[in-house]
Amino acid sequence: MHKITRTDAASSVVGLSDVHKSFGALKVLNGVSFEVNRGEVLVLIGRSGSGKSTALRCIDRFETIDSGEIVVCGHRVSDPKLDLRALRQDVGIVFQSYNLFPHLTIEENITLAPCSVKGISKAQAKEQARRVLAQVGLEDKLHQYPEQLSGGQQQRAAIARSLAMQPKVMLFDEVTSALDPELTGEVLKVIEALAADGMTMVMVTHEMGFAKGIANRVVFMHHGKVHETGPAAILTSPATPELAQFVGAGL
Amino acid sequence: MGGSLNANHLMFLGYGALWTIGLSLIGLLGGGIAGFIVALCRISPSRIVRLLSAGYVQLIQGTPLLVIMFLTYFGLPALGVTVSPLMAAGASLTIFVSAYLGEIWRGCFESVPKPQWEAAEGLALSRSQRMMKVILPQAIRIATPPTVGFMVQIIKNTSLASVVGFVELARSGQIINNSLFEPFLIYTIIAVIYFALCYPLSRFSHRLEMRGGPARIELEAA
Repeated sequence: MHKITRTDAASSVVGLSDVHKSFGALKVLNGVSFEVNRGEVLVLIGRSGSGKSTALRCIDRFETIDSGEIVVCGHRVSDPKLDLRALRQDVGIVFQSYNLFPHLTIEENITLAPCSVKGISKAQAKEQARRVLAQVGLEDKLHQYPEQLSGGQQQRAAIARSLAMQPKVMLFDEVTSALDPELTGEVLKVIEALAADGMTMVMVTHEMGFAKGIANRVVFMHHGKVHETGPAAILTSPATPELAQFVGAGL
Repeated sequence: MGGSLNANHLMFLGYGALWTIGLSLIGLLGGGIAGFIVALCRISPSRIVRLLSAGYVQLIQGTPLLVIMFLTYFGLPALGVTVSPLMAAGASLTIFVSAYLGEIWRGCFESVPKPQWEAAEGLALSRSQRMMKVILPQAIRIATPPTVGFMVQIIKNTSLASVVGFVELARSGQIINNSLFEPFLIYTIIAVIYFALCYPLSRFSHRLEMRGGPARIELEAA
Protein backbone atom coordinates (compact mmCIF):
# COMPACT_ATOMS: atom_id res chain seq x y z
CA MET A 1 0.00 0.00 0.00
CA HIS A 2 2.80 2.40 0.81
CA LYS A 3 5.20 2.28 -2.04
CA ILE A 4 8.34 4.31 -1.59
CA THR A 5 9.12 5.99 -4.87
CA ARG A 6 11.89 8.27 -3.73
CA THR A 7 15.13 7.29 -2.08
CA ASP A 8 16.25 10.66 -0.77
CA ALA A 9 14.46 11.94 2.32
CA ALA A 10 12.03 9.09 1.79
CA SER A 11 10.46 9.51 5.18
CA SER A 12 9.34 13.14 4.82
CA VAL A 13 5.92 13.31 3.20
CA VAL A 14 4.92 16.89 3.97
CA GLY A 15 7.32 19.70 4.74
CA LEU A 16 6.55 23.37 5.33
CA SER A 17 9.37 25.81 5.88
CA ASP A 18 8.93 29.44 6.82
CA VAL A 19 5.55 29.74 5.10
CA HIS A 20 3.99 33.20 4.97
CA LYS A 21 0.48 33.95 3.76
CA SER A 22 -1.76 37.00 3.95
CA PHE A 23 -5.34 37.62 2.98
CA GLY A 24 -5.09 41.28 2.06
CA ALA A 25 -3.79 43.11 5.11
CA LEU A 26 -4.45 40.14 7.38
CA LYS A 27 -1.39 38.01 8.04
CA VAL A 28 -2.64 34.46 8.43
CA LEU A 29 0.58 32.46 8.34
CA ASN A 30 3.63 34.14 9.73
CA GLY A 31 6.58 31.84 9.19
CA VAL A 32 5.12 28.37 9.70
CA SER A 33 7.38 25.31 9.56
CA PHE A 34 6.66 21.70 10.31
CA GLU A 35 7.35 18.30 8.87
CA VAL A 36 5.32 15.11 8.64
CA ASN A 37 7.06 11.78 8.14
CA ARG A 38 5.64 8.70 6.51
CA GLY A 39 3.15 6.93 8.71
CA GLU A 40 2.91 9.85 11.08
CA VAL A 41 -0.23 11.58 12.32
CA LEU A 42 0.18 15.31 12.81
CA VAL A 43 -2.60 17.18 14.55
CA LEU A 44 -2.97 20.93 14.06
CA ILE A 45 -4.75 22.71 16.88
CA GLY A 46 -5.40 26.31 17.78
CA ARG A 47 -8.08 28.91 18.14
CA SER A 48 -10.33 29.94 15.27
CA GLY A 49 -8.31 32.30 13.11
CA SER A 50 -4.95 30.96 14.26
CA GLY A 51 -4.18 29.82 10.71
CA LYS A 52 -4.41 26.06 11.16
CA SER A 53 -6.99 25.45 8.44
CA THR A 54 -5.15 27.77 6.07
CA ALA A 55 -1.91 25.87 6.71
CA LEU A 56 -3.70 22.61 5.90
CA ARG A 57 -5.25 24.03 2.73
CA CYS A 58 -1.86 25.30 1.56
CA ILE A 59 -0.59 21.71 1.56
CA ASP A 60 -3.10 20.81 -1.17
CA ARG A 61 -2.65 24.21 -2.90
CA PHE A 62 -6.18 25.34 -2.19
CA GLU A 63 -4.41 28.46 -1.03
CA THR A 64 -1.23 29.82 -2.58
CA ILE A 65 1.50 31.06 -0.28
CA ASP A 66 3.34 34.38 -0.37
CA SER A 67 6.77 33.06 0.60
CA GLY A 68 8.47 30.02 2.05
CA GLU A 69 8.43 26.50 0.71
CA ILE A 70 6.08 23.53 0.85
CA VAL A 71 7.12 20.11 -0.41
CA VAL A 72 4.53 17.32 -0.48
CA CYS A 73 5.42 13.80 -1.68
CA GLY A 74 8.23 15.26 -3.75
CA HIS A 75 6.04 17.98 -5.33
CA ARG A 76 7.22 21.53 -4.79
CA VAL A 77 3.80 22.99 -3.99
CA SER A 78 5.07 26.56 -4.02
CA ASP A 79 6.40 26.18 -7.57
CA PRO A 80 4.12 28.09 -9.99
CA LYS A 81 4.73 25.33 -12.56
CA LEU A 82 3.47 22.66 -10.17
CA ASP A 83 1.47 19.82 -11.75
CA LEU A 84 -1.61 20.37 -9.59
CA ARG A 85 -3.36 17.19 -10.62
CA ALA A 86 -0.31 15.09 -9.85
CA LEU A 87 -0.13 16.65 -6.40
CA ARG A 88 -3.80 15.98 -5.78
CA GLN A 89 -3.48 12.36 -6.80
CA ASP A 90 -1.02 11.95 -3.95
CA VAL A 91 -2.99 13.97 -1.44
CA GLY A 92 -6.49 13.10 -0.22
CA ILE A 93 -8.53 15.82 1.47
CA VAL A 94 -11.70 15.54 3.53
CA PHE A 95 -13.69 18.66 4.41
CA GLN A 96 -15.91 19.69 7.28
CA SER A 97 -18.98 19.78 5.04
CA TYR A 98 -18.39 16.31 3.44
CA ASN A 99 -18.97 17.71 -0.07
CA LEU A 100 -20.22 14.49 -1.59
CA PHE A 101 -21.68 15.10 -5.04
CA PRO A 102 -25.46 15.12 -4.44
CA HIS A 103 -26.42 14.01 -7.95
CA LEU A 104 -24.35 10.82 -7.79
CA THR A 105 -24.79 7.65 -5.77
CA ILE A 106 -22.17 6.78 -3.18
CA GLU A 107 -20.66 4.28 -5.60
CA GLU A 108 -20.53 6.88 -8.39
CA ASN A 109 -19.03 9.41 -5.99
CA ILE A 110 -16.25 6.97 -5.23
CA THR A 111 -15.60 5.63 -8.73
CA LEU A 112 -15.69 9.01 -10.51
CA ALA A 113 -12.10 10.09 -9.87
CA PRO A 114 -10.40 6.68 -10.20
CA CYS A 115 -12.15 6.16 -13.55
CA SER A 116 -11.66 9.66 -14.97
CA VAL A 117 -8.27 10.51 -13.48
CA LYS A 118 -6.48 7.19 -13.21
CA GLY A 119 -8.30 5.60 -16.10
CA ILE A 120 -9.01 2.30 -14.37
CA SER A 121 -11.91 0.20 -15.64
CA LYS A 122 -15.46 0.59 -14.31
CA ALA A 123 -15.41 -2.96 -12.96
CA GLN A 124 -12.12 -2.44 -11.15
CA ALA A 125 -13.34 0.87 -9.74
CA LYS A 126 -16.55 -0.70 -8.47
CA GLU A 127 -14.59 -3.48 -6.84
CA GLN A 128 -12.43 -0.88 -5.16
CA ALA A 129 -15.48 1.15 -4.11
CA ARG A 130 -16.80 -1.91 -2.30
CA ARG A 131 -13.45 -2.34 -0.58
CA VAL A 132 -13.08 1.24 0.65
CA LEU A 133 -16.71 1.36 1.74
CA ALA A 134 -16.16 -1.79 3.77
CA GLN A 135 -13.19 -0.06 5.32
CA VAL A 136 -15.46 2.70 6.63
CA GLY A 137 -18.33 0.33 7.44
CA LEU A 138 -20.75 1.44 4.74
CA GLU A 139 -20.73 -1.47 2.29
CA ASP A 140 -24.54 -1.50 2.28
CA LYS A 141 -24.83 2.14 1.10
CA LEU A 142 -23.30 1.62 -2.34
CA HIS A 143 -26.41 2.57 -4.29
CA GLN A 144 -27.82 5.28 -2.05
CA TYR A 145 -27.60 9.00 -2.65
CA PRO A 146 -25.75 11.24 -0.18
CA GLU A 147 -28.97 12.87 1.05
CA GLN A 148 -30.20 9.44 2.21
CA LEU A 149 -27.27 9.11 4.61
CA SER A 150 -26.71 10.63 8.04
CA GLY A 151 -23.99 13.24 8.47
CA GLY A 152 -21.61 10.73 9.98
CA GLN A 153 -22.24 8.28 7.17
CA GLN A 154 -21.72 10.99 4.58
CA GLN A 155 -18.42 11.93 6.15
CA ARG A 156 -17.31 8.28 6.19
CA ALA A 157 -18.32 7.99 2.53
CA ALA A 158 -16.27 11.13 1.79
CA ILE A 159 -13.27 9.49 3.48
CA ALA A 160 -13.85 6.37 1.38
CA ARG A 161 -13.99 8.52 -1.76
CA SER A 162 -10.59 9.96 -0.91
CA LEU A 163 -9.15 6.55 -0.08
CA ALA A 164 -10.17 5.20 -3.47
CA MET A 165 -7.53 7.46 -5.04
CA GLN A 166 -4.93 5.69 -2.90
CA PRO A 167 -3.37 8.89 -1.60
CA LYS A 168 0.01 8.93 0.09
CA VAL A 169 -1.18 11.44 2.65
CA MET A 170 -4.63 12.36 3.91
CA LEU A 171 -5.69 15.82 5.08
CA PHE A 172 -8.67 16.20 7.41
CA ASP A 173 -10.06 19.70 7.82
CA GLU A 174 -12.27 19.74 10.94
CA VAL A 175 -14.11 16.71 9.65
CA THR A 176 -16.27 16.23 12.74
CA SER A 177 -17.17 19.85 13.44
CA ALA A 178 -20.58 19.53 11.78
CA LEU A 179 -21.48 16.31 13.64
CA ASP A 180 -23.08 15.52 16.99
CA PRO A 181 -20.98 13.55 19.53
CA GLU A 182 -22.36 10.15 18.55
CA LEU A 183 -21.72 10.65 14.83
CA THR A 184 -18.34 12.19 15.63
CA GLY A 185 -17.40 8.96 17.37
CA GLU A 186 -18.10 6.80 14.31
CA VAL A 187 -16.02 9.06 12.07
CA LEU A 188 -13.12 9.22 14.52
CA LYS A 189 -13.10 5.41 14.72
CA VAL A 190 -12.59 5.25 10.96
CA ILE A 191 -9.71 7.72 11.17
CA GLU A 192 -8.14 5.74 14.01
CA ALA A 193 -8.28 2.60 11.92
CA LEU A 194 -6.56 4.44 9.08
CA ALA A 195 -3.82 5.61 11.41
CA ALA A 196 -3.36 2.06 12.67
CA ASP A 197 -2.94 0.99 9.04
CA GLY A 198 -0.04 3.40 8.73
CA MET A 199 -1.68 6.18 6.70
CA THR A 200 0.17 9.48 6.87
CA MET A 201 -2.24 12.15 8.04
CA VAL A 202 -2.47 15.82 8.82
CA MET A 203 -5.60 16.93 10.61
CA VAL A 204 -7.16 20.01 12.01
CA THR A 205 -9.45 19.12 14.89
CA HIS A 206 -11.08 20.50 18.00
CA GLU A 207 -11.45 17.02 19.53
CA MET A 208 -8.69 17.21 22.15
CA GLY A 209 -9.32 13.77 23.59
CA PHE A 210 -9.08 12.27 20.14
CA ALA A 211 -5.95 14.29 19.32
CA LYS A 212 -4.27 12.95 22.45
CA GLY A 213 -4.97 9.39 21.44
CA ILE A 214 -3.98 9.56 17.79
CA ALA A 215 -1.32 12.26 17.36
CA ASN A 216 2.34 11.40 16.88
CA ARG A 217 2.91 15.09 16.88
CA VAL A 218 0.85 18.09 17.87
CA VAL A 219 1.33 21.53 16.38
CA PHE A 220 -0.29 24.34 18.34
CA MET A 221 -0.83 27.40 16.15
CA HIS A 222 -1.20 30.85 17.60
CA HIS A 223 -1.31 34.16 15.67
CA GLY A 224 -0.15 32.47 12.47
CA LYS A 225 2.87 30.83 14.04
CA VAL A 226 3.75 27.42 15.42
CA HIS A 227 3.63 28.42 19.06
CA GLU A 228 4.35 25.03 20.57
CA THR A 229 4.96 21.61 19.10
CA GLY A 230 5.75 18.20 20.44
CA PRO A 231 4.31 14.74 21.11
CA ALA A 232 0.71 14.30 22.22
CA ALA A 233 1.92 14.67 25.80
CA ILE A 234 2.13 18.46 25.40
CA LEU A 235 -1.64 18.50 25.52
CA THR A 236 -1.55 17.27 29.11
CA SER A 237 1.55 19.18 30.16
CA PRO A 238 1.80 22.27 27.98
CA ALA A 239 4.96 24.37 28.15
CA THR A 240 3.46 27.70 27.13
CA PRO A 241 0.67 29.54 28.94
CA GLU A 242 -1.20 29.99 25.63
CA LEU A 243 -1.47 26.26 25.03
CA ALA A 244 -2.32 25.70 28.68
CA GLN A 245 -5.15 28.16 28.34
CA PHE A 246 -6.28 26.63 25.06
CA VAL A 247 -6.44 23.05 26.30
CA GLY A 248 -7.90 24.24 29.58
CA ALA A 249 -10.71 25.89 27.65
CA GLY A 250 -10.96 22.99 25.23
CA LEU A 251 -11.59 20.28 27.80
CA MET B 1 -63.19 48.38 -46.65
CA GLY B 2 -62.18 44.82 -46.25
CA GLY B 3 -65.28 43.05 -44.96
CA SER B 4 -65.29 41.00 -41.74
CA LEU B 5 -63.03 38.52 -40.04
CA ASN B 6 -63.28 35.06 -41.62
CA ALA B 7 -61.62 31.66 -41.51
CA ASN B 8 -58.93 32.70 -43.95
CA HIS B 9 -57.88 35.51 -41.66
CA LEU B 10 -57.72 33.12 -38.72
CA MET B 11 -55.64 30.68 -40.75
CA PHE B 12 -53.31 33.50 -41.64
CA LEU B 13 -52.98 34.33 -37.95
CA GLY B 14 -52.36 30.67 -37.15
CA TYR B 15 -49.64 30.62 -39.74
CA GLY B 16 -48.10 33.71 -38.13
CA ALA B 17 -48.30 32.04 -34.73
CA LEU B 18 -46.40 29.05 -36.12
CA TRP B 19 -43.65 31.39 -37.28
CA THR B 20 -43.59 33.00 -33.86
CA ILE B 21 -43.02 29.55 -32.36
CA GLY B 22 -40.42 28.73 -35.01
CA LEU B 23 -38.54 31.96 -34.47
CA SER B 24 -38.67 31.42 -30.69
CA LEU B 25 -37.15 27.98 -31.13
CA ILE B 26 -34.41 29.39 -33.36
CA GLY B 27 -33.69 32.02 -30.70
CA LEU B 28 -33.71 29.47 -27.93
CA LEU B 29 -31.49 27.00 -29.76
CA GLY B 30 -29.02 29.50 -31.22
CA GLY B 31 -29.05 31.68 -28.13
CA GLY B 32 -28.80 28.63 -25.90
CA ILE B 33 -25.67 27.35 -27.62
CA ALA B 34 -24.07 30.80 -27.75
CA GLY B 35 -25.27 31.56 -24.21
CA PHE B 36 -23.65 28.39 -22.89
CA ILE B 37 -20.36 29.52 -24.37
CA VAL B 38 -20.87 33.00 -22.91
CA ALA B 39 -21.55 31.48 -19.46
CA LEU B 40 -18.39 29.37 -19.68
CA CYS B 41 -16.39 32.45 -20.70
CA ARG B 42 -17.86 34.45 -17.81
CA ILE B 43 -16.40 31.96 -15.30
CA SER B 44 -13.20 31.28 -17.23
CA PRO B 45 -9.93 31.21 -15.28
CA SER B 46 -8.59 33.73 -17.81
CA ARG B 47 -9.18 37.34 -16.80
CA ILE B 48 -9.15 38.56 -20.39
CA VAL B 49 -11.83 36.07 -21.42
CA ARG B 50 -13.93 37.02 -18.40
CA LEU B 51 -13.63 40.73 -19.19
CA LEU B 52 -14.39 40.33 -22.89
CA SER B 53 -17.45 38.18 -22.24
CA ALA B 54 -18.67 40.57 -19.53
CA GLY B 55 -18.28 43.42 -22.03
CA TYR B 56 -20.28 41.48 -24.62
CA VAL B 57 -23.09 40.88 -22.13
CA GLN B 58 -23.15 44.54 -21.06
CA LEU B 59 -23.16 45.71 -24.67
CA ILE B 60 -26.01 43.44 -25.77
CA GLN B 61 -28.08 43.96 -22.63
CA GLY B 62 -27.66 47.69 -23.10
CA THR B 63 -28.90 47.60 -26.69
CA PRO B 64 -32.61 47.31 -27.53
CA LEU B 65 -33.41 44.18 -29.50
CA LEU B 66 -35.11 46.45 -32.00
CA VAL B 67 -31.80 48.18 -32.72
CA ILE B 68 -30.02 44.83 -33.09
CA MET B 69 -32.69 43.86 -35.63
CA PHE B 70 -32.21 47.12 -37.56
CA LEU B 71 -28.45 46.65 -37.53
CA THR B 72 -28.58 43.13 -38.93
CA TYR B 73 -31.38 43.74 -41.44
CA PHE B 74 -30.55 47.26 -42.68
CA GLY B 75 -26.96 47.66 -41.49
CA LEU B 76 -25.42 44.52 -42.95
CA PRO B 77 -26.73 45.09 -46.51
CA ALA B 78 -25.10 48.53 -46.38
CA LEU B 79 -21.85 46.63 -45.84
CA GLY B 80 -22.62 44.39 -48.78
CA VAL B 81 -24.12 41.42 -46.93
CA THR B 82 -27.70 40.71 -47.85
CA VAL B 83 -29.86 38.97 -45.30
CA SER B 84 -33.39 37.66 -45.45
CA PRO B 85 -35.87 38.75 -42.76
CA LEU B 86 -35.70 35.25 -41.27
CA MET B 87 -31.91 35.34 -41.10
CA ALA B 88 -31.87 38.83 -39.62
CA ALA B 89 -34.53 38.01 -37.04
CA GLY B 90 -32.93 34.66 -36.15
CA ALA B 91 -29.45 36.13 -35.80
CA SER B 92 -30.66 39.10 -33.77
CA LEU B 93 -32.62 36.90 -31.39
CA THR B 94 -29.66 34.54 -31.05
CA ILE B 95 -27.39 37.43 -30.07
CA PHE B 96 -29.99 38.89 -27.71
CA VAL B 97 -30.79 35.56 -26.03
CA SER B 98 -27.11 34.58 -25.72
CA ALA B 99 -26.37 37.59 -23.52
CA TYR B 100 -29.31 36.99 -21.20
CA LEU B 101 -29.08 33.20 -20.97
CA GLY B 102 -25.29 33.50 -20.61
CA GLU B 103 -25.79 35.70 -17.60
CA ILE B 104 -28.58 33.55 -16.11
CA TRP B 105 -26.45 30.41 -16.51
CA ARG B 106 -23.34 32.06 -15.12
CA GLY B 107 -25.37 32.68 -11.97
CA CYS B 108 -26.45 29.02 -11.95
CA PHE B 109 -22.87 27.78 -12.27
CA GLU B 110 -21.82 30.06 -9.47
CA SER B 111 -24.65 29.00 -7.21
CA VAL B 112 -23.32 25.43 -7.14
CA PRO B 113 -21.72 25.62 -3.68
CA LYS B 114 -18.01 26.43 -3.76
CA PRO B 115 -17.07 23.35 -1.69
CA GLN B 116 -18.39 21.20 -4.54
CA TRP B 117 -15.81 22.73 -6.87
CA GLU B 118 -13.12 22.23 -4.25
CA ALA B 119 -14.05 18.63 -3.60
CA ALA B 120 -13.81 17.96 -7.34
CA GLU B 121 -10.45 19.69 -7.49
CA GLY B 122 -9.21 17.76 -4.48
CA LEU B 123 -9.94 14.53 -6.36
CA ALA B 124 -7.56 15.63 -9.14
CA LEU B 125 -10.34 15.92 -11.75
CA SER B 126 -9.39 18.13 -14.70
CA ARG B 127 -11.26 21.37 -15.29
CA SER B 128 -13.44 19.88 -18.01
CA GLN B 129 -14.15 16.77 -15.91
CA ARG B 130 -15.14 18.95 -12.95
CA MET B 131 -17.39 20.96 -15.22
CA MET B 132 -19.06 18.07 -17.03
CA LYS B 133 -19.39 15.56 -14.23
CA VAL B 134 -19.78 17.60 -11.07
CA ILE B 135 -20.85 21.19 -11.72
CA LEU B 136 -22.98 21.00 -14.87
CA PRO B 137 -25.40 18.30 -13.63
CA GLN B 138 -26.07 20.38 -10.52
CA ALA B 139 -26.23 23.67 -12.43
CA ILE B 140 -28.81 22.27 -14.86
CA ARG B 141 -31.16 21.52 -11.98
CA ILE B 142 -30.80 25.09 -10.78
CA ALA B 143 -31.03 26.55 -14.29
CA THR B 144 -34.19 24.86 -15.53
CA PRO B 145 -36.86 27.10 -13.91
CA PRO B 146 -35.31 30.47 -14.90
CA THR B 147 -34.54 29.17 -18.40
CA VAL B 148 -38.13 28.08 -18.99
CA GLY B 149 -39.21 31.43 -17.56
CA PHE B 150 -36.96 33.27 -19.98
CA MET B 151 -38.56 31.44 -22.90
CA VAL B 152 -41.60 33.63 -22.25
CA GLN B 153 -39.42 36.68 -22.90
CA ILE B 154 -38.13 35.13 -26.11
CA ILE B 155 -41.64 34.47 -27.42
CA LYS B 156 -42.79 38.01 -26.68
CA ASN B 157 -39.64 39.54 -28.18
CA THR B 158 -40.12 37.72 -31.48
CA SER B 159 -42.88 40.28 -32.15
CA LEU B 160 -40.09 42.81 -32.84
CA ALA B 161 -39.15 40.80 -35.94
CA SER B 162 -42.19 42.39 -37.57
CA VAL B 163 -40.15 45.56 -38.08
CA VAL B 164 -37.81 43.80 -40.50
CA GLY B 165 -40.75 42.49 -42.47
CA PHE B 166 -40.80 39.04 -40.92
CA VAL B 167 -44.39 37.81 -40.88
CA GLU B 168 -44.87 36.33 -37.47
CA LEU B 169 -47.95 36.63 -35.27
CA ALA B 170 -47.84 40.39 -34.61
CA ARG B 171 -47.04 41.23 -38.22
CA SER B 172 -49.79 38.98 -39.57
CA GLY B 173 -52.22 40.76 -37.23
CA GLN B 174 -51.07 44.10 -38.63
CA ILE B 175 -51.57 42.90 -42.17
CA ILE B 176 -55.09 41.70 -41.48
CA ASN B 177 -55.93 44.90 -39.68
CA ASN B 178 -54.74 46.89 -42.65
CA SER B 179 -57.55 45.37 -44.67
CA LEU B 180 -60.23 45.02 -41.98
CA PHE B 181 -59.69 48.11 -39.77
CA GLU B 182 -60.77 46.25 -36.65
CA PRO B 183 -57.77 46.99 -34.45
CA PHE B 184 -59.41 46.27 -31.10
CA LEU B 185 -60.75 42.89 -32.14
CA ILE B 186 -57.66 41.81 -34.03
CA TYR B 187 -55.09 42.89 -31.49
CA THR B 188 -57.17 41.28 -28.74
CA ILE B 189 -56.99 38.02 -30.65
CA ILE B 190 -53.23 38.49 -31.05
CA ALA B 191 -52.85 39.16 -27.33
CA VAL B 192 -54.87 36.05 -26.47
CA ILE B 193 -52.68 33.90 -28.72
CA TYR B 194 -49.49 35.28 -27.16
CA PHE B 195 -50.97 34.64 -23.74
CA ALA B 196 -51.90 31.09 -24.71
CA LEU B 197 -48.28 30.50 -25.78
CA CYS B 198 -46.68 32.12 -22.74
CA TYR B 199 -48.93 31.21 -19.84
CA PRO B 200 -48.26 27.43 -19.86
CA LEU B 201 -44.54 28.16 -19.86
CA SER B 202 -44.89 30.53 -16.90
CA ARG B 203 -46.87 27.92 -15.00
CA PHE B 204 -44.38 25.22 -15.89
CA SER B 205 -41.47 27.39 -14.76
CA HIS B 206 -43.23 28.11 -11.50
CA ARG B 207 -43.89 24.41 -10.90
CA LEU B 208 -40.26 23.57 -11.59
CA GLU B 209 -39.22 26.23 -9.12
CA MET B 210 -41.45 24.78 -6.43
CA ARG B 211 -40.08 21.32 -7.07
CA GLY B 212 -36.50 22.55 -7.36
CA GLY B 213 -36.70 24.45 -4.08
CA PRO B 214 -36.12 21.66 -1.58
CA ALA B 215 -33.52 20.00 -3.81
CA ARG B 216 -31.59 23.25 -3.94
CA ILE B 217 -31.64 23.63 -0.17
CA GLU B 218 -30.23 20.13 0.15
CA LEU B 219 -27.51 20.98 -2.35
CA GLU B 220 -26.47 23.96 -0.30
CA ALA B 221 -26.46 21.99 2.93
CA ALA B 222 -24.28 19.28 1.44
